[in-house]
Amino acid sequence: MREAATETDRAAPSIGEIPLATILINGGRIIDPSQGLDQVGDLWISRGRILPMGGGFDDAEVVIDARGMIVCPGLIDIHVHLREPGNEEDETIATGAAAALAGGVTSVACMPNTIPAIDTQAAAEFVILQAQRARQANVFPVGAVSKGRQGAELAELGQLVAGGAVAFTDDGAPVASADLMRRALQYSRMFDRVIMQHCQVPELTVGGVMNEGIESMRLGLGGMPAAAEDIMVARDIRLAEITGGRIHIQHISTARSVELVREGKRRGVRVTAEACPHHYSLTDENLRTFDSNFKMNPPLRTWPDVEAVIGGLKDNTIEFIATDHAPHAREKKMREIDQAPFGIVGLETLVPITAKALIEPGHLTWPEAIAKMSCNPAVLLGLVDKGTLRGGADADVTIIDPETRWTIDPAEFRSKSKNTPYGGWEVKARAHTVIVGGEVRYTRGGIVQHAGASVPA
Amino acid sequence: MTATNHAESAAAAWTRKHLLGLEELSAEEITAILDTAESFAEVSTRSRKKVPALQGRIVFNLFFENSTRTRTSFSLAAKRLSADTQDFTASASSLSKGESFIDTARNIEAMGADIMVIRHPTPGTPHLLAQHVDCAIINAGDGAHEHPTQALLDLMTIRRARGRIEGLTVCLLGDIAHSRVARSNIHALKKLGAHVILCGPPTLVPRGWERFGCEVVHQLDEVLPRCDVMNVLRIQFERQQRGLFPSVSEYSQFYMMTQDRIRLGKPDLLLLAPGPINRGVELTPEVADGPNSAILDQVANGLAIRMAVLYLLSGRIDAGSRHRD
Repeated sequence: MREAATETDRAAPSIGEIPLATILINGGRIIDPSQGLDQVGDLWISRGRILPMGGGFDDAEVVIDARGMIVCPGLIDIHVHLREPGNEEDETIATGAAAALAGGVTSVACMPNTIPAIDTQAAAEFVILQAQRARQANVFPVGAVSKGRQGAELAELGQLVAGGAVAFTDDGAPVASADLMRRALQYSRMFDRVIMQHCQVPELTVGGVMNEGIESMRLGLGGMPAAAEDIMVARDIRLAEITGGRIHIQHISTARSVELVREGKRRGVRVTAEACPHHYSLTDENLRTFDSNFKMNPPLRTWPDVEAVIGGLKDNTIEFIATDHAPHAREKKMREIDQAPFGIVGLETLVPITAKALIEPGHLTWPEAIAKMSCNPAVLLGLVDKGTLRGGADADVTIIDPETRWTIDPAEFRSKSKNTPYGGWEVKARAHTVIVGGEVRYTRGGIVQHAGASVPA
Repeated sequence: MTATNHAESAAAAWTRKHLLGLEELSAEEITAILDTAESFAEVSTRSRKKVPALQGRIVFNLFFENSTRTRTSFSLAAKRLSADTQDFTASASSLSKGESFIDTARNIEAMGADIMVIRHPTPGTPHLLAQHVDCAIINAGDGAHEHPTQALLDLMTIRRARGRIEGLTVCLLGDIAHSRVARSNIHALKKLGAHVILCGPPTLVPRGWERFGCEVVHQLDEVLPRCDVMNVLRIQFERQQRGLFPSVSEYSQFYMMTQDRIRLGKPDLLLLAPGPINRGVELTPEVADGPNSAILDQVANGLAIRMAVLYLLSGRIDAGSRHRD
């Protein structure tokens, strides 16, 4: 497996390569929301598995000094665009999965809006194969709801599941037809897989560049009204209710949508929702710079919307934090704002922006935020051995340095694309060392010691 | 040459490198441009209409959208200041097939442009350009965002006719939502103390505009008697095709300035139109050519405004290069 070592070596030449070693993570603050655990202690890993807490060996081949750091289940990002196949100039599965590790993310669910779309078993298997070759983060394909993401006929959902699809979505475009959405929610019940929906009534957002409101009026840019999202959220919750299917609202961005999800859950509808860091840290006022790194879909909204999203995260109406990592090559983004594509990269800023916008102001605790980025996603996607530090679980572990202060520099990103609005932000907290399947695949160095190191008694 | 002496003192106080919009200007800065333009209006009355202020400077007109009037006005203004001028016209669609507009602008800068006058169908394009080239940028209209020199010439025309802006009631009539002229006028008029009424059908004057401190009205005849100035914006026919109003004839019925409506207004109602005008749609020919109309004054004042802007920004080029030395 020497060929796989290059990326890790570059990050930390001192590690070398001891796959599936016995690893002791020493003295960290172990946070595992799946067990309600938040305590300082040691975590042992052996042969790619987590060992039961309190167990362990006399010695370890690798010792990681995690004092002062957070040790948690590997983060799982349920909304990522890897652009391969079709737009490898923006990102590849290998570069996107490497960016994930640098952001502390051990597993990603990648969206099917590639060229061609991931709408067949073969396409899903291609993604998994490329991810295995890359040996970075785990990659789980999300299959298309409709053939070619055309919104007309159901894709072969059963064969997609056989090919490894963990959920379905036409993301990038909404499933506009209420009839198709109803059938998808019905049919997907036989696999107990969730339908993820980019909620937006297309005809209300034609020509839209940003949120519709006083800022779009000021700038003379085409608006996308909040109601375009609200209407489809309401529709899809109702369709989930009558079908018994599972609807997942992607990148929720409006106050009214949060309220609709809250109310749907109260009624017992199988509805879930995710929020993206940019929707809890930025508003449409940023568009005054005409910088296309503030152009995303759904667009940045207003402060009351940001507050509502944060409120939804606090009361667990929104159980997931996801990035909607959307890489675009510089020449595509450096255009007139109405012609630049929507979206920003997010994997490598997930932890610090979440810390800055949610944890530092006291909206969420670290265990609450980690739950939304690890154990909840694992449950949503049916990844039974992930998102937890229980004995026997997959040894996917993220070690976060919660106190380190740093400045976000897009030039340092591992992602092929650098389209971020957060360049130059002064932040705190960063993924330090990341273990996937029992291998140290990323570290910022200085805390990993190897073979023969003596272990404190 | 008292005229240019006036202008020289205004230029000494001017601090901005670009003119991107009126929203970011102070009332003092707007007044400084208007005062400078008055000096240059005098130049236009001479038999030899040329001053050497911009001798050796190169002014590029970079137009990514059709325009005859504004481009010609800028060219002539630059020539009267003795600058060399060059036009670059390209449709945004042909550019999208190849070179990006930023690359185009960089090429033009490499040819030695000191000032770039840019018109583009996308809001914010002059702002983006200002980050990528070193020369001074004048926004000659960016999508529905701003058209600062048009609003400045509107204000100059109002001030010349009325002696002031403060306290006047100015109505902007028609398609506010898609109008850069409206936005620049709103910012400048509010800063100088006018009361601004926006009038048009709710599809073209949607909810929310009152948050800019404007009065929003949908029935023209109700507000007409209160107005000192009526600025008639152009209606683009594609708006009708997009279903924003049912027909041109219905629009005209509610909003066309006719002789009857002129009689409803104050006797000295000042009528402006940024043009190009659609006679028989926004206003009748009698009104366009009638005693209340200042449409041709606007064209003449436009030249003086553009001379003033070119002159003020060129002063900053000197300041910049002195700094570099």
